[in-house]
Amino acid sequence: MEQNKQWRGFKGRHWKEEIDTRDFIQCNYTPYDGDESFLEGPTEATDILWGELQKLQKAERAKGGVLDMDTDIVSGLTSHGPGYINEKYKDLEKVVGLQTDKPLKRAFMPYGGIKMAEESLKTYGYTPNPELHKIFTQYHKTHNQGVFDAYTPEMKKARHNKIITGLPDTYGRGRIVGDYRRVALYGIDYLMKKKKEDFNACGSGSMKGEVIRLREEITEQYNALAQMKEMAKIYGYDISQPASNAREACQWLYFGYLAAIKTQNGAAMSVGRISTFLDIYIQRDLDEGTLTEKEAQELIDHMVMKFRMVKFARIPSYNELFSGDPVWATLEVAGLGIDGRSLVTKNDFRFLHTLENMGPAPEPNLTVLYSSNLPKNFKKYASYISVKTSSIQYENDDVMRKVWGDDYSICCCVSATETGKEMQFFGARANLAKCLLYAINGGIDEKTKEQVGPKYRPVTTEYLDYDDVMDKYDAMLDWLADLYVNTLNLIHYMHDKYYYEAAEMALIDTNVRRTFATGIAGFSHVVDSISAIKYAKVKAIRDEDGIVVDYETEGDFPRYGNDDDRADEIAVWLLKTFLSKLNKHHTYRRSETTTSILTITSNVVYGKATGSLPDGRKAGEPLSPGANPSYGAEKSGLLASLNSVAKLPYEYALDGISNTQTINPDALGHTDGERVENLVQIMDGYFDQGAHHLNVNVFGTEKLIDAMEHPEKEEYANFTIRVSGYAVKFIDLTREQQLDVIARTCHGVI
Amino acid sequence: MTKGYIHSTESFGSVDGPGVRFVVFMQGCKMRCKYCHNPDTWDFGEGKEVTADEILTQATRYKSYWGTKGGITISGGEPLLQLDFLLELSRKAHAQGINVVIDTAGKPFTRTEPFFSKFNELLKYISLIMLDLKHIDTKDHKELTGVGNENILDMANYLSKIGFPIWIRHVLVPGITDDDLSLHKLHNFIRTLNNVQRVEILPYHSLGKLKYDEMGIPYPLEGVPSPSVESIENAKRILHITDYTGFIQP
Repeated sequence: MEQNKQWRGFKGRHWKEEIDTRDFIQCNYTPYDGDESFLEGPTEATDILWGELQKLQKAERAKGGVLDMDTDIVSGLTSHGPGYINEKYKDLEKVVGLQTDKPLKRAFMPYGGIKMAEESLKTYGYTPNPELHKIFTQYHKTHNQGVFDAYTPEMKKARHNKIITGLPDTYGRGRIVGDYRRVALYGIDYLMKKKKEDFNACGSGSMKGEVIRLREEITEQYNALAQMKEMAKIYGYDISQPASNAREACQWLYFGYLAAIKTQNGAAMSVGRISTFLDIYIQRDLDEGTLTEKEAQELIDHMVMKFRMVKFARIPSYNELFSGDPVWATLEVAGLGIDGRSLVTKNDFRFLHTLENMGPAPEPNLTVLYSSNLPKNFKKYASYISVKTSSIQYENDDVMRKVWGDDYSICCCVSATETGKEMQFFGARANLAKCLLYAINGGIDEKTKEQVGPKYRPVTTEYLDYDDVMDKYDAMLDWLADLYVNTLNLIHYMHDKYYYEAAEMALIDTNVRRTFATGIAGFSHVVDSISAIKYAKVKAIRDEDGIVVDYETEGDFPRYGNDDDRADEIAVWLLKTFLSKLNKHHTYRRSETTTSILTITSNVVYGKATGSLPDGRKAGEPLSPGANPSYGAEKSGLLASLNSVAKLPYEYALDGISNTQTINPDALGHTDGERVENLVQIMDGYFDQGAHHLNVNVFGTEKLIDAMEHPEKEEYANFTIRVSGYAVKFIDLTREQQLDVIARTCHGVI
Repeated sequence: MTKGYIHSTESFGSVDGPGVRFVVFMQGCKMRCKYCHNPDTWDFGEGKEVTADEILTQATRYKSYWGTKGGITISGGEPLLQLDFLLELSRKAHAQGINVVIDTAGKPFTRTEPFFSKFNELLKYISLIMLDLKHIDTKDHKELTGVGNENILDMANYLSKIGFPIWIRHVLVPGITDDDLSLHKLHNFIRTLNNVQRVEILPYHSLGKLKYDEMGIPYPLEGVPSPSVESIENAKRILHITDYTGFIQP
């Protein structure tokens, strides 16, 4: 059993015998069920640094979204000298380390694809370095090149016609969460020692392809760990040994994460579940009298400031897909242990409190692992933060704990992964709405008129017949599931080969469990379209080539989002059917197939590429996001909509079911106290039914204005205002009325 | 089984009584309040015919959101105009342990039979009445709503006498219900009651106009602005709304 002086006072045995961060947490954390009154405001240092960072962010916006870019250095663990928010104030930074040598300067990351790396430079007026161009085209292949060398013509066509979309074939796949806590708990030397042991135990004489590859990967992980030590040295730290106090624990852990974001540019680069872990170090320092609460909050504020600074160089088409420059630096708080104890510590309050100390922010993507059994005080504080900032999301710990245990992290927007034990092959989305149109048109794309899918018999009747369409849809879904899985197999093979995540995988068990995360786009539209065909009369409108390009629907039909079982049963059927079709196929590295119903902001781009649908959605209009009901479909209020989504069984969509709802503060309660309590009630009621996820928006004036200017945004579809005992949807009001509401709300009145 | 006529239901109400509530909007009202936002709930003979069981089946789908405070609010229209249905719905809900609140303007109230006995029975099944006091002066009340307020005030007095909890709501309309004298008079009345848990001021605004236009009826308050912040604060002060804290439960 290892013994380290840095572990003074820590209890437990198993975590000392081998790497087991979860066991360390369970043996040592202090549950907290009190309220938020202990929290401290920002220190002077926090105010200064946050002020500097805000100036930088302002300059970044003024420059068109990018402040600075690296053209000459290929990003790696030790590629850059030290960087600070402002050289002048570097001694104020309690947690240090930037992706490059300057704040908000975007690194050059060509391994995913040199073309995209160079295009992003050109987009913002920078000139790619010709020497690097030569290296990454003539001497070193990239992931992107590998994928396109192997794609079949059918895959390229499906990709081009956007029936399979958002594929990670030009940049990092992301979604791999290293157990960054290991750096703090064990120090790098011990982690290297363990990887060495794994290396020596791997192979035992039978050098098959899998074994050879694993040996090579472990070596890469080992080397990455060695380089992490060098990276820390650049900032004057030696992380070979465990962290000895809270400040070191935050710093060591952050260095682990920094290693990931210096080497990978995945769409989602999550931080993971670090809150309870760090509380153990903070509590020890508080007990030993070497740290005050003010200093503890400062540590967390400074760490969060770093997560707010993570940036990658992207291209315009990427930004269209994921608008607003997100990185999904997802970070979790709360949850319950499998022994029933709450994992809420004071630190879970501190992380949420950063939104008060430094104002609302999109990153880190703060996620509350929710259960109605969480301490009441914490539920109320989280709800209060939602009401004040609309910045946090909620995920159902009760359904996830059953599957992933009590030490999982969220690796993207909503997808769970067991921390340090698992990795994910991320796989974007299959557009099931477009697939329905392919079924009707015999595989011909309704937009490009290309034969993309197989040349099955198209629907030939004037009015769509339910049995006929379902028969054809079933066959077309089989084709799509097959093609989709195989496209992903190919992408992940190449990603492992040319853009392996050595730094992140070094902080994950060598014997790793792999999931294969597929996704569904256009969910609600398929459900409503099938319902329309089943319960109303849908007439097909054909163009001169005989291709169905539009639909006329006569009569009413049940829509998903009204707690109407007739429609909601179609939703459940669709999810189960698609997953079962995916499950038929071999997946790369024997990974376990999961699926998701989440589209983030990509629903707009996907919608542009999708023709008119039988549910009444016209060609080019946005698809509704994630598992949200379609625009305008919800006629029975918020809770009816939530009930519909809650019927989708999480066990069939283990990669996540995302739902975004917007509640007007005036519709949520007359006082802040009532708003907070009512929001807790909503979440208890929703999650107790087994629902997976909820984005909660509670909007103030600035968002009202934004809604008026951009009524097309999905989050405004349900934006309800309540007036003297009645409710109206904000976007249904005329501009004049909207101005009226805004004017009065500016004065804080309704 | 008594039939009821409803305008609509709403799965999510959280400013319609305590906590999160399912709201039933009854069809039909005899008052013609100038600021009414729901003129489409006025006419009798419109609306959807329902039974109490149908409403309960629908409402209880949202039970998981109600917690200990929430439940069903019956609003309108004027719910007291469908007293038999109201009784049946409230009794059945009460039997299932559901908290029921009535949102009324009180105009149907009378101490004569058969109304009075039925009303008293209703009180056994509901936890709270939200009573809209439109204007304290009966002449002005008539001008504003088409009817006088004597029996409405009598209802408040009766509920006070038997100690049945109420919330009082007052819509603040510039030039009509916001003058100091009326507000002082209103306050003087409210403070004689011993059952008031909460006093709410609802600032008027013109969002209901859309419906009048759709229904092709002239909008009576054309050009009337929303009350200013100062006016709202003034009303809150005169009505001493912070004195009424009975609604705050632990």
